[in-house]
Amino acid sequence: MTAGVDELPIEEGSVELSLRNEFQGLGLRYAIVEGRTGRSPRPVKQRLRHLSDRVHGERVLNLRREPVAGAYRIFFRQVGIDPDEFNPPAEAVMLERLRAGRFASHDLLEDALTVAVVETGVAVRAFDADMLTGRLGLRLTQPDELLGDGPLKLDPGTIVLADERCPVGLIFGETARGFEVTKHTRRIALCAVRVGGVPEISVEEAIWSAAGIVGGR
Amino acid sequence: MPQLAPQQTAVRPPLRTGTDEAAARRSLRDQIARLERELARTFAAAYPRRGLDWSVGSPGGPRMLGMGELEELRDKLADRVEEARAELRRRALVERGNAETIERMLVEPDRYKWVRVSNHDIGEPGCKHWHSRPRLGLIGMLLGWWRVRISSGCP
Repeated sequence: MTAGVDELPIEEGSVELSLRNEFQGLGLRYAIVEGRTGRSPRPVKQRLRHLSDRVHGERVLNLRREPVAGAYRIFFRQVGIDPDEFNPPAEAVMLERLRAGRFASHDLLEDALTVAVVETGVAVRAFDADMLTGRLGLRLTQPDELLGDGPLKLDPGTIVLADERCPVGLIFGETARGFEVTKHTRRIALCAVRVGGVPEISVEEAIWSAAGIVGGR
Repeated sequence: MPQLAPQQTAVRPPLRTGTDEAAARRSLRDQIARLERELARTFAAAYPRRGLDWSVGSPGGPRMLGMGELEELRDKLADRVEEARAELRRRALVERGNAETIERMLVEPDRYKWVRVSNHDIGEPGCKHWHSRPRLGLIGMLLGWWRVRISSGCP
């Protein structure tokens, strides 16, 4: 189902019971928008420039103390990922801003995801909605499961984003081959993982923000 | 025939139920969260000091960690926080000493000939430095006209 951003329905993804019991506040929200990627229009590039001016070294230095960015960092630790080795999305984007001197425009989708994460601290992921089967959710992998249709074999118990057929991405990592948004994609599933300590409104705002850009509204 | 010692009743640890384990895991995750926040605070407070070790390592994921892994991670974080704080305390002492040196240099520059203290030495950002040098070069050096020159900052 697709709609204008104003009334864009945000779906609640399923979360496996064991994960829900283990990580209070863990959730998945997603929305499907009609849109495509391509070159970013001037207003989006201007928005990136404006955001570049707002982000400076001191902000980046203190980012991990901010409630939302800090919550993702803590979650990374709790699921066994070293956040200094694999930076949480907000930190990674901000560090890249410092390195490059600005938020460079890449394409419409990537720019939309950048705007969303910088403005809210919540990372939004994108999938080709027409490749998905049924609802999205968070779950643990079973033995011998592959990421998408392969070739990457996942360790049992890995936390993944999955549709009703197979894992489509690691919770904060790689997207399964064939599920990425390409120039042929016409419907995009935008999803965000919520962890404990992150307000629901920030997650929704992140999705709305990205949807507004890729949906061209 | 030797008399057998009365059989001792072994004291068994209480059985750990699912609820106990869930509570223990929650407690460990809370401790990890608190320590991570503390490490983040210490990290921000440490700027602009460099060379501190912030690495903690991880068991690998993303997955649900076992009790032992959570405990090990908690201990590593606690060690790292403690080590970082101790190192900052040690550096703060040195920096305070350097700041006092600047004050004394400003009062008696001729007692600190050629001494140079930078912002880095007092734990401040920037390139400013205080340098005790003779006024008018060689003449000042021969006549004992010393002064502290304060740089204007980064080139």
